[in-house]
Amino acid sequence: MDSKKASRRKFLKGGAAAAAVGAIQSASGQTPAPVKRSLKDEVAYGERSHYVTSVRVAVNERPSPDEFGLTFHVLTPLQDSVGIITPSALHFVGTHRGAIVPDIDPREYRFLLHGMVDRPLEFTLEELKRFPSVSRIHFLECLGNRARPEHKTVQQTTGLTSCSEWTGVLLSVLLKEVGVQKGASWVVSEGSEEVKGAGSFPLAKAMDDCLVAYGQNGEPLRPQNGFPVRLIVPGFEGIYNTKWLRRMKVVDRYYMTYNDYGHISNDPKVAALTFQWGPKSVITSPSGGQKLSGRGVYQITGLAWSGGGAVRKVEISTDNGHTWKDAEIRGDMHRMAHTRFGMNWKWEGQECVLMSRCTDELGQVQPTRAQVAKVFNVPPDYYHTHGVPGSDNTVVPWRVASDGSVYNALA
Amino acid sequence: MRLHNLLLLVMILGLFHAAWAQSPTYGLGKTPTAEEIRAWDIAISPDGKELPQGSGSAKEGAPLYAQKCASCHGATGNGGRAPQLIKIDSSATPAPGGKEPPCLSPCIRGANVMGIHSPYGTTIWDYINRGMPFGKEGSLKPDEVYALTAFLLYKNGVIPEDQIVDAQSLPQIKMPNRDGYVLPEWKHGMPRPFPNKP
Repeated sequence: MDSKKASRRKFLKGGAAAAAVGAIQSASGQTPAPVKRSLKDEVAYGERSHYVTSVRVAVNERPSPDEFGLTFHVLTPLQDSVGIITPSALHFVGTHRGAIVPDIDPREYRFLLHGMVDRPLEFTLEELKRFPSVSRIHFLECLGNRARPEHKTVQQTTGLTSCSEWTGVLLSVLLKEVGVQKGASWVVSEGSEEVKGAGSFPLAKAMDDCLVAYGQNGEPLRPQNGFPVRLIVPGFEGIYNTKWLRRMKVVDRYYMTYNDYGHISNDPKVAALTFQWGPKSVITSPSGGQKLSGRGVYQITGLAWSGGGAVRKVEISTDNGHTWKDAEIRGDMHRMAHTRFGMNWKWEGQECVLMSRCTDELGQVQPTRAQVAKVFNVPPDYYHTHGVPGSDNTVVPWRVASDGSVYNALA
Repeated sequence: MRLHNLLLLVMILGLFHAAWAQSPTYGLGKTPTAEEIRAWDIAISPDGKELPQGSGSAKEGAPLYAQKCASCHGATGNGGRAPQLIKIDSSATPAPGGKEPPCLSPCIRGANVMGIHSPYGTTIWDYINRGMPFGKEGSLKPDEVYALTAFLLYKNGVIPEDQIVDAQSLPQIKMPNRDGYVLPEWKHGMPRPFPNKP
């Protein structure tokens, strides 16, 4: 038994005694007043503490509300996140034209599955719930999730991703129920919002692991997230995860809808970087806009995920990418889901750049912008000011200044 | 012995079950009528098989554009508060205050509009039909959608002013960017091609 441990124990004991005295004092003199709550909050549906003020914000690439009075995409406050589940009320929102959410009576809801099938069928919500349900944790991420030099916080650089437990019926179960015909190769899914947003994706993916989901984090989907039913296409770009799902058609070709057309490229190298997200991670704390209160121990923590499956490892660099150390995975790992990582870190007051890097189950490693630049034969810093081709899964660096302030190191 | 027979029976039933996998297991859902499907079936394939009866020309589309589209997209199809629809002839930059859509690949400055960029004319018909005009989506009749599609294709130099656009002719129109896209491949467990090593 070394004396260090013994003295530490003694210290802890003393600390506990001091804390107990503090509690007594507080009980006699400074008991906090009870929180005033409405009956609705106290009984029906609980609110978070009024001390918790973490909120979503609109993207800053375009004014909000815009010329049509619409709010465009809304960002999740990743800087305040703990664990891997995004509270439903803080889930990011990406809509076709901005903020238009259809008001669908779940009793009137219908989902039509047709096209190259033996038996086209129309399901009510009640019927969808009579199929065996599955619940899976998956991230969603908008193709627009691209860090830019002018972004100040991780909410701005990376807030177009969120992670929920989704509950519903496997799309493959429904496709088997209608009997997919030979020669079918694509599906077109369609929402019931004002533009009836539609997109084409491979039948192989539809048969693989997609969910026709009606539940999110233990309750029905939120209206902004597709109430009453949406599609979950795990690991694919957000746009394929059709909200307010009304129809799916099984077809034998790419349909080139408006959404599809907006995502095409004539470069096979770029096309190959669409559909499925690559391995990605970001440090959520310390991150841009935060400030370390002084020298000492901190947790470097963040989220990692991949459209290719589970996260295999996350590495952290505290020296601008010169050396890397394995981070701990803190919590459970799920395929195509946010995964929490962390590392103890002692800050000695030096200026430094923090980065994280994800490797997934397929062995794919998250690239830096310079590495992408090399592939596309442009100058190393080209993608600091230009969007990277395909979906952007590049490393986001944070610069810690000597006063503890944290900045976007792309700036 | 008996147990063996029972197991054999279970196995045989299992085989039968596999053979029946193509028949419905749950028996849930309602069979829609052909008419119901037609009413829902608004996604238009590049071969145009879902296009309804009707027709229109650019001449018919011009007054419709002025009436239903110009207030957002601008009288000349650019410089409005909604995305540019008609290419800019004289200059390589959008009109002042104009909002050019993100430059898609291949990026053609001043002509990054759906009427030029879409590999198929059916995409234009489909989107006008499902998503326009803003606030009155789904209100246009097929003839009006054909006429507006013809107008945009004419103004972008793709078809002559007097060409009649209908279910037969629209899929036949050779768009300038017809071959300007590559479809991504996807297979379960397929990694992205690059860069995958640090």
